[in-house]
This record gives sequence, structure tokens and C-alpha cells, in this order.
Amino acid sequence: MSGAEARPPDAAAAPAAQALTPPTSSGPLSAPLLHFFQALRDAGLRVSVAESIDAFAAVAVTGFSERDALKDALGLVLAKTLAEKEAFARCFDLFFARDALAALAREATPPSAGGRVEDGSALAEMLLAGDSAALVVAMEKAANSAGISEIGFFTQANIYGRRILDAMGLEALDREIEALHRQGAPEAAARADRLDAQRRRLGEAVRDFVRRQLALHAAGKTRAMREDFLSKAKLTNLDRSDFQRMHGLARVLAKRLASKHARIRRRTRRGQLDLRRTLRQNMATDGMLFRTAWKRQKIERPKVTAICDVSGSMASVARFLLLFLYSMHEVMAGLRAFAFSDRLVEVSDLLEHNDIEPAIAAILREVGFGSSDYGRSLEDFERSGLWLLDHQTSVIIMGDGRGNYSNPRTDILEAISKRSKRVIWLNPEPQSLWGSGDSDMLRYRPYCHYAGVCNSLRHLERAMTDLLEG
Amino acid sequence: MNDLDSSTRAAIDAVIAGLARAGYISSRQIATAVFLAQHLQKPILVEGPAGVGKTELAKATAAFLGLPLIRMQCYEGLDEAKALYEWKYAKQLLYTQILKDKLGEELNGVKSLAAAVKRLHGAGDIFFSEQFLEPRPLLRALQQPCGAVLLVDEVDKSDQEFEAFLLEILSDYQVTVPEIGTIRARVPPFVVLTSNNARDLGDALKRRCLHLHIGFPDPKLEQRIIEVKVPGISETLRRQIVALIQQLRREDLRKLPSVSETIDWARVLLLLHAEHLEAAMVRDTLNVLLKFEGDVSAVESKLPAFTDQARRAAGETV
Repeated sequence: MSGAEARPPDAAAAPAAQALTPPTSSGPLSAPLLHFFQALRDAGLRVSVAESIDAFAAVAVTGFSERDALKDALGLVLAKTLAEKEAFARCFDLFFARDALAALAREATPPSAGGRVEDGSALAEMLLAGDSAALVVAMEKAANSAGISEIGFFTQANIYGRRILDAMGLEALDREIEALHRQGAPEAAARADRLDAQRRRLGEAVRDFVRRQLALHAAGKTRAMREDFLSKAKLTNLDRSDFQRMHGLARVLAKRLASKHARIRRRTRRGQLDLRRTLRQNMATDGMLFRTAWKRQKIERPKVTAICDVSGSMASVARFLLLFLYSMHEVMAGLRAFAFSDRLVEVSDLLEHNDIEPAIAAILREVGFGSSDYGRSLEDFERSGLWLLDHQTSVIIMGDGRGNYSNPRTDILEAISKRSKRVIWLNPEPQSLWGSGDSDMLRYRPYCHYAGVCNSLRHLERAMTDLLEG
Repeated sequence: MNDLDSSTRAAIDAVIAGLARAGYISSRQIATAVFLAQHLQKPILVEGPAGVGKTELAKATAAFLGLPLIRMQCYEGLDEAKALYEWKYAKQLLYTQILKDKLGEELNGVKSLAAAVKRLHGAGDIFFSEQFLEPRPLLRALQQPCGAVLLVDEVDKSDQEFEAFLLEILSDYQVTVPEIGTIRARVPPFVVLTSNNARDLGDALKRRCLHLHIGFPDPKLEQRIIEVKVPGISETLRRQIVALIQQLRREDLRKLPSVSETIDWARVLLLLHAEHLEAAMVRDTLNVLLKFEGDVSAVESKLPAFTDQARRAAGETV
């Protein structure tokens, strides 16, 4: 933690700040900045090593005591999106807030007034002198030795507060107060009273400090833990309250996939000579045109058609698959989406024009929870969707392949497979159940370029990445 | 430490004043970015809505620093040949012709083939040399003897490949031409990249830049901008204009009016000899501010109320 350095120069911290020049990355300033980076990371910012070096360089230019300049400079170097800028501003204000201790300084009486005790503890001296700069430094030191940046939960606040106070020498202070009380002399009693009052304020200041640290560090940790859990959890085990968070995750995932694979492919446009490149290529042959170079033109991104089973047997995962479908639709232009149980409908428009919750509800209302009939649904697709497919289209089918003993119509899947670039089948059931009971998965599998288990976001991501890269 | 800090403040103030002289009214944050970019020799990546003065910042910085501005507009399909360098083909062809003519003289008295090759090697390889290099904006920026302000405009419109290729220039201020070698900047240019967020830029690019987000200015700043850009306008009208624009920006519109629209509108009102805002006049000139039919019809009904509020906010009794 820093702080003494962040105070305006008129505050009592000036001597401490001066002691800290020149600001170099190995100097005493590095600790507070490093802790600040930790706080930023906990708030979800990605602070790389290169950026932290930049931050040190920026601080070396701007200095510490000009709070606004410091904030602007660090913000320029560390926060790289609008969302990050907001998180940064919040973190900065929390991190460099130092108001609680100012009260201590105000309440303190000049050290000359009052019975001095020879073996007065350092903490007592600081408290009586109201030396807030020294107190801040002591508190930071104590906080670091207590490992404050590890704090993760609200329930830990008291423990950390206690540890900080102990490290600052509270025990010695308490003994001193007790000793003063026992002395009984009026001067000693007065000193004891003052110390008591300052001790209370110190306690408040530390509690305040710990709360701020909690706000800085804990939110990120709990969120990271929760998201990690969600991305590994089986889709079937999740409940509705996780939905919102899941949407965020699915969206990030879909976005990552889309931007990674939105590579622009090139195609030769026939009939147009690229004169410059042709001349250049034929330099070696004395300008005789042996080899020709043609102008190239960019063509569209890879196309994706998604088909999602929302029947009764898929009820527990359908919402999440639709969620992923929706996220994919948000980030991939031109995605065609279909949903089916006993019949198949195109839902691209529903996804396009509605918010996520209504869109999913509408899809489920329209075709959801019926008994699935893969054969009929594939027939529907043959009629309405087959013409969409060409050699650039990836078809993603999400379903368990359980068709209630209806005709599986694998011939249509074969046609789909032939027409499209690839067919990806994501099945929420474990592989051991494929082909058991009414599952036609094993019959469909030969026509899929990839058929895999997918029952968590992590699976989903892995499967999609493998496939889109291939 | 205190000396350093007061000099920081003075330096940032100097940047603000310098940019103002170049006709650019900047917030403290913008000035800090320019100041830092100068000292850390790092590019600035400017993001923000269209029309808040991202490109203008580069122009003003060039004027302020007294350096030439080299501008490179990015677009889909931009490649090295257009951005960095190109060989002068015609000249190279001519050179081969001359070479052919001179070859006889050059090889006079040489007996074996090996000896001829050796002599040719000795003549030096000027075919791919800087003489035949046609510098494009990026290379030109590196070659300027006193440095330059390099504006890479709308970098989000370029392809990912191009973005990757920018990295070498942005971090080391050098480019590699395979036939010649590495060309270093004599004086590192001051680089400004702008982006409208058409797509997310790569992390690698962002990491190398100071990231400046210019949003819509606050009322005070916007008034000063109008004051500088549209000199003849009265103070009351200026206040009313800004108050109304700030209200419009709170509406749910497809394209919010930006600073450039504010300036255009102020110019229009000046031409119309307006003393203060009136609902009818605002409605007639609304297409200067709003660029979509849907936006215009969405706010049309609220205009009288907005105008009243703007006049009240500007301190006029209605």
C-alpha cells in the first residue's frame, strides 16, 4: 500500500515523500505501485509486466504528489478499454484514499504537553504526536506483513484488522496505558486518557483501511472463483441464478472465438492483372513478363449455421445452449440459427430482435420441450435450410441425438455433411451413453467431422476452438 | 520531489496552452497524455466516439511541436506496399537497361565466367538500395530529420495482419526491409493512432500504447471549444447551444451529436443571426446535429421542452 506519497504536498506526509526520491523501480516506491497493480488485477484489469514497467516510467515523469496527474498518467498506461478505465478510477480512489488518519492528526495534542514516559512505545509516540505520515507508513508495513492483499472474504476483515494492529505494536501500547493508569499521577492519567482515545481512533482507521482493502481485492477474487466454477460446472447442474453470469461468460467465449476465427480469406479475382507486382516479380528476368500476378480480393468470413435441440430430453441444458447460441449470434454476423424438438424452425430473427431472456423464452415457447423427432426436424431443415449451406459453412448441431425411435434420416445428415465445410455435433451426454436406448448418436457420428461431449462451457470452448482452427 | 511535481504541473499547463494556440482546447487528461507520450516516447492510442477531435489532436500536436504531420489513413486491404515502402519499378527497369549497355565495358578483359561474377559483385548491389526505395507514410515518418507527428488514422479499419506489422514500428521505431536491412528512425516520431472501435484491437498493440479515451466534453470545456472555433458567437447563445446538446446526448439516439456537430451547428446559428435558441429554429436546423431520420423524429416532439430548459439552464428567464 502506498499513500503517504499520494497525499498533497501540504499534508504531513511531505517528509516521507521526500525520503522516497528518486523514484526508481527498485526503490521504496515499487512496493506501493506493485500492490496497486495487484489491486487492479483483482478488479479484472490485465496489467502485464510491460505495462507495469511503463507505469513506473510514467510515475518517474509525473511524480507522486500531484494526485490528478498521477491518476491520469497511470490511467493512460494501465487501463486500455473504457470499462477498464472505469474500474481503474474506482480502484485508484479506493487505493489512494487516506482520510481516516487525518482525524488522528487533528485530534492529537502537541507532544510537549503531558507526562513523558521514558520507555514509551514507538506507537504511543506516534499517536500522541499525531504523526499521520509515520502512522500510514507503519500501517502499510504492518498490513504487508499481515499479507493484506490476500484478503478474500468479508469474514476475514476482523482477523486482518487484528493482525495489523498487533504488528503495529498494540500490545506494547496496551501495557503502557495500563502502566500509566496504575501510576495514578494526574499527568500520567491524562496521558493515558489521550492514548486511549487515540487508540480507539487508530482502531477505526485500521478497520476502515481493511474494509477498503477488502473492496479492492475481494470482489475480484470471489468473482474469479465463481467464474472458474461456472465454466467447469456441468450445464445440467446450474440453476437460474447463474444465468446472468453465464451469459457474460458465454459472450466472452463467443467473442473470443469469433475474433480469433474472423480471419479474412483471400481469393484470386480473375482477369485483373496487378501490374506493380507483376513487374516486380519479373525483375529477375530483365522485365520480360514470365510470371503474372493477379489482383486479389477479400471475401467474407466463414459462415456458421447452428441447429439446437430444445426438446424435453434436453430441457436442462437447452437454456444454456440457447444462451451460447444467442452470444454467438451477437458476435458473428450472418449466423443462421435453427431450433427444433418435433419440428424445426429458424430462430435467427428471434435472436436478432429480442433481448436474451425474451428471445430464449420465445424459442422455448415455440418449439421447446416437445418430444424430439430428429428425422422430421432434419426433413424440415432439408426443406428450409439446406440451400444455405455451401463449402464455407460450418454446421453446428447441439443435441443428444435421442429421436424417440423415429426414423433418424441419416441420409439428410449425409447430404448436409457433403454440402457444408464441416459438421460439428456437440452432445451433452457422456460418450458411454451414446447409442444406448433411443440414442441414434452412433448412427449420426459417421457423417460428422467432429462429434464430441459438451456439457460445460469449458468443453464448449475447447470443442469450438479445435474445430474452427482445423 | 516538489520541484519535480511543480514542473510536471507547469509542463502539462504548457501543453494545454500550446494545444490551445494550435486551436485545440484540451482537457487535462489529454494534455497529460501528450506530455507523457513525449517523455516516454510512446505512441498514443486515442479511442472515442466519432467527431470528438481524435484526428484533430494529432494535427494540433504537430502544430504545437512544430513538426510535420504525416498522415496514414487505414482501410481494409491496406498493405505494406502502401503503408511502408515500394520499389521504384520503372527506375529499376531503366537501371537494368543501362546496366545491360554498360555490361560490356564493365566486363572488358575478363576471361572466365567466375571472374566476371566476381567483378560484378565488386560493383556493388545498388539494385535494391535506398535509391530505388519509394518511402510511404510510415517510412517517411522514420526518415524525417527532426522527427514528425505520425497519425495512423482509424487503425481499427485495417486488417489484423497490418496491425501486427505496425508493432515493430511502434515499439522500436524501426522497420525491416528484407533486401536492405533495418532502417531506424533518426528521431522517433510522435505517433498518434485513432480508433472508432469498429473492432477490438489486439492486446499487443494496446500494450505498446498509452490509451487515451476522449469522450464527450463537459459543458465548460465544450463552451470554450465553441468560443475558439466559432469566434463571433454571443455568450448566451453559446451557453444555450451547449445546454441543449448536453440534453440531446442523454437521449437514446443512434448517433449522438458530437463536438464536430456542435461546432457546425454553432456556425449555422451564427449565419442565421440567431440571438437565442427558439424551438422552430432548432427544429429547422436539427439535421445538422442528428444524422438519422429516426433520431430526428424521436426528439422532434421534445424540442420545445428542451429549448426552454436550455434557455433556463443558460441563465435566461423565459
